[in-house]
Amino acid sequence: MNSQVFATDFTGTRELAHRIRTHALRMTNIGGGAHIGAVFSCVDILAVLYGGILHVDPTAPKSPIRDRFVLSKGHAGAGLYAALAERGFFPVAQLLTHYQDGSDLSGHVSHKLPGVDVSTGSLGHGLSIASGMAYAAKLKSAPHRVVCLLSDGECDEGSTWEAALFAAHHGLSNLVTIVDYNRIQGIAPVANVLELEPFTDKWAAFGWAVREVDGHDHAALHTAFGSVPFAPGKPSCLIAHTTKGKGVGFMENRVLWHYRIPRGAEFDAALAELEAQP
Amino acid sequence: MRDAFIRTLTELAPQHPEVILLSGDLGFAVLNDYIDRFPRQFLNVGIAEQNMSGLAAGLALEGHTVFTYSIGSFPTLRCLEQIRNDICYHGANVKIVCVGGGMSYGPVGFSHHATEDLAILRSLPGMQVFSPCDLWEAAEAARYLISNRGPAYLRLDKSAAPATVQPGEAFRPGRIRTVREGSDVTFVATGGILGEAILAADILADQGIFCRVLSVHTVKPLDRDALTTAASETGGIVSIEEHAVDGGLGGAIAEVLMEAGVFPRFFVRMGLRNTFSSVVGSQQYLRQVYSLDAAAIARTVSARLGIAVPALA
Repeated sequence: MNSQVFATDFTGTRELAHRIRTHALRMTNIGGGAHIGAVFSCVDILAVLYGGILHVDPTAPKSPIRDRFVLSKGHAGAGLYAALAERGFFPVAQLLTHYQDGSDLSGHVSHKLPGVDVSTGSLGHGLSIASGMAYAAKLKSAPHRVVCLLSDGECDEGSTWEAALFAAHHGLSNLVTIVDYNRIQGIAPVANVLELEPFTDKWAAFGWAVREVDGHDHAALHTAFGSVPFAPGKPSCLIAHTTKGKGVGFMENRVLWHYRIPRGAEFDAALAELEAQP
Repeated sequence: MRDAFIRTLTELAPQHPEVILLSGDLGFAVLNDYIDRFPRQFLNVGIAEQNMSGLAAGLALEGHTVFTYSIGSFPTLRCLEQIRNDICYHGANVKIVCVGGGMSYGPVGFSHHATEDLAILRSLPGMQVFSPCDLWEAAEAARYLISNRGPAYLRLDKSAAPATVQPGEAFRPGRIRTVREGSDVTFVATGGILGEAILAADILADQGIFCRVLSVHTVKPLDRDALTTAASETGGIVSIEEHAVDGGLGGAIAEVLMEAGVFPRFFVRMGLRNTFSSVVGSQQYLRQVYSLDAAAIARTVSARLGIAVPALA
């Protein structure tokens, strides 16, 4: 991972986050689908990762020395597609094929796109795959890292915790899990469905080195990513406190916007709000 | 068959450092030699088959040839979605190994039987399905899987048919083996239960009925030519499997023959019919209970041909 690029100035990643949000809004509007609230909550994380933390090369998307990224919350595909297009992995114009007949850009993220390591969508799969990749890197003593972005909702899945046990048992210090803790899952607040608290303690009890961060604070995210592994010999878990729908006031913290499609006046208002942001 | 598989893996592991065997906390004693010799090529991932299958996909995407290993339907049905999404969709080089195919673990109970696996696994795009009948086929299938990329399933039976390999015979994946010639009826069997088909052929030969016996070590892709030839050259086809007939070998044969437009004079699917193998008993006892032993096969054929077989009454 590369921790030097934005060490003092985060205008670059903030601008990238802004473009990702705008792309994602247009993509969901045109496509008539996707989880805009769940995309917006992790956009700043994606922007900091793809804005300089992840060692990836759009001219060599399968390079063996790249950092791996697994978007376990595959329903935020629109956000990852936008980040990759902005980084030059494929043309930005291709983003508007999202959800369209014959497109490679399925709603849930697809490895047909250069730069996407793994297709996901069914929740609770990503951390196992990422752990396999991290174990393989460890066997080879390869220096790259494996980063996996989880939703809070998929911490309901038992398989997530199977993988958490494995990664800690094998001391996968090259593995970084970020949980997008926006506190709203499919149809209700997390606290009303299956309480995850004490969440940090759970990961720590499973043997992970855990930190918490404001998932919209680019400097804080950068500092956190720059200090992995958080403890020697342990996998790192970064619990990112986020706001579902972040960036558009009427979407924020509302279950409705887990899956609502921004159309008509709502689309116009959302776009205007994003465009008014510095 | 399990031992034949592990012996082959142990023999080939040094030449294939990319091979890694993941066990779902099974294989006590039988894996010890492999583990001692190749500790970097083994992982006991614990009793966590979903994670095992996702890990396997991740390891395979990084260049490993991964074997996942467990018993009954644990390495397949328990983690079917990981196999579908993570392994098959990515074309990951993962070989899923089930020990205890069919009712191998007889008295342990139905939870440890694998009786729907062939049907389910063969429906997955890109998945090859192997179900050897004897030690030679098991070892050869393992050898093939080590050096051929892509998702595959290997179903290993505790029982094994007597050796039928001919001197100099080469294992041909995807090709049915004719283990006995005959023209009156064809038995098409997969797995160790092929031994029952051979015994049934012996019983029927005493009555002047000569049966062809085919071993389907590769259930997918299925050998269309051998099946259409048998359907047209012999008096009827009996499929025999320690598995549900729905979607299993019998179902697969019916699909192939119907699409080819080659119809056998009669067609009987022998296997479990809409039932769990819930009776308690050894594998051999359960074959009797579920009418899958040699006597039941011979009875089925003689009834179909209208020939009395007094010795079996």
